[in-house]
Amino acid sequence: MHGLMHGIPIALGYLSVSFGFGIMAVKSGLSPLEAAIISITNLTSAGQAAGVSIIATGGSLFEMAVTQFVINIRYSLMSLSLSQKLDKSFSPLKRLIASYGITDEIFAVASVQDGKLKPAYMYGMILIAFIGWVGGTCAGALAGEFLPSIVTDAMGIVLYGMFLAIIIPPARKNKSILFVITIAAVISVIFKYVFTSVSSGFAVIISALIAAILGALLFPVDDKEEEQ
Amino acid sequence: MSIVAYIAVMALVTYFIRMIPFTLFRKKIKSRFLKSLLYYVPYAVLSAMTIPAIFYSTGDMVTAIAGTVVAVILAYFNVPLIIVALSAAGVALGIGLLF
Repeated sequence: MHGLMHGIPIALGYLSVSFGFGIMAVKSGLSPLEAAIISITNLTSAGQAAGVSIIATGGSLFEMAVTQFVINIRYSLMSLSLSQKLDKSFSPLKRLIASYGITDEIFAVASVQDGKLKPAYMYGMILIAFIGWVGGTCAGALAGEFLPSIVTDAMGIVLYGMFLAIIIPPARKNKSILFVITIAAVISVIFKYVFTSVSSGFAVIISALIAAILGALLFPVDDKEEEQ
Repeated sequence: MSIVAYIAVMALVTYFIRMIPFTLFRKKIKSRFLKSLLYYVPYAVLSAMTIPAIFYSTGDMVTAIAGTVVAVILAYFNVPLIIVALSAAGVALGIGLLF
């Protein structure tokens, strides 16, 4: 019950973002069913958006695997951190189930809870977030097929708007994050207009890795900063 | 390439990234470089994904730039995520209707 309640704001946020994802997927040539299956099996925004663009441009499966790995590797840190907070009642099987639902938002809420995390709490929160994510995807994919294109075109920006809302506030407070996102953006632009033969998925990974490595070398974080 | 194969690769890679540390690892990462790298990766990925793709996201550079400018300003003033995202789309739609 507690988990369900904590999941409601997450689900509401997911609804509108996944609505944008559904529209984007259909515009890229996927069917509503395929868009829904991607949301059911992945439950992640940035990875899914990158995945759809790889499918749309006919990228290789290797490119898909590497892209998903780099974009989603942050989850392994979150999983690692949450694994230290699990209640004894979390059996290996329950860990296998709950690990499916570790997203940025669920991690953020779960990691600040007092005491140990119980399976029922995690299941409840993941379930309601899942309903918001998949429901929004279906609604967006279906709406994408009959809404006027001027509306669906405008909705194409939703996911990117959310990404900006995630990276700008910390960059404002922390100069090293500002440095990293600026470098990543500049390299990404160079790929787009200069090294045009590099596919979009690899361009994102290479840009991000160069920027993150420079950030880690020039501005190594201490433990305090990491917890913010 | 079969769409099922694409989705299977996406789903499996994403699941294993979450599952392996959650079920197996018990130790903490010690390397300061590795910790720093993992700390910066999400920001770098989101930035590289957004720019320049956001300028092409609406099919019209003018509406996309208008939406981007609004999103950047609202995000700078810590407006909640969803309002930033929807305002960007609202402005893109508004500009699209006007011109």
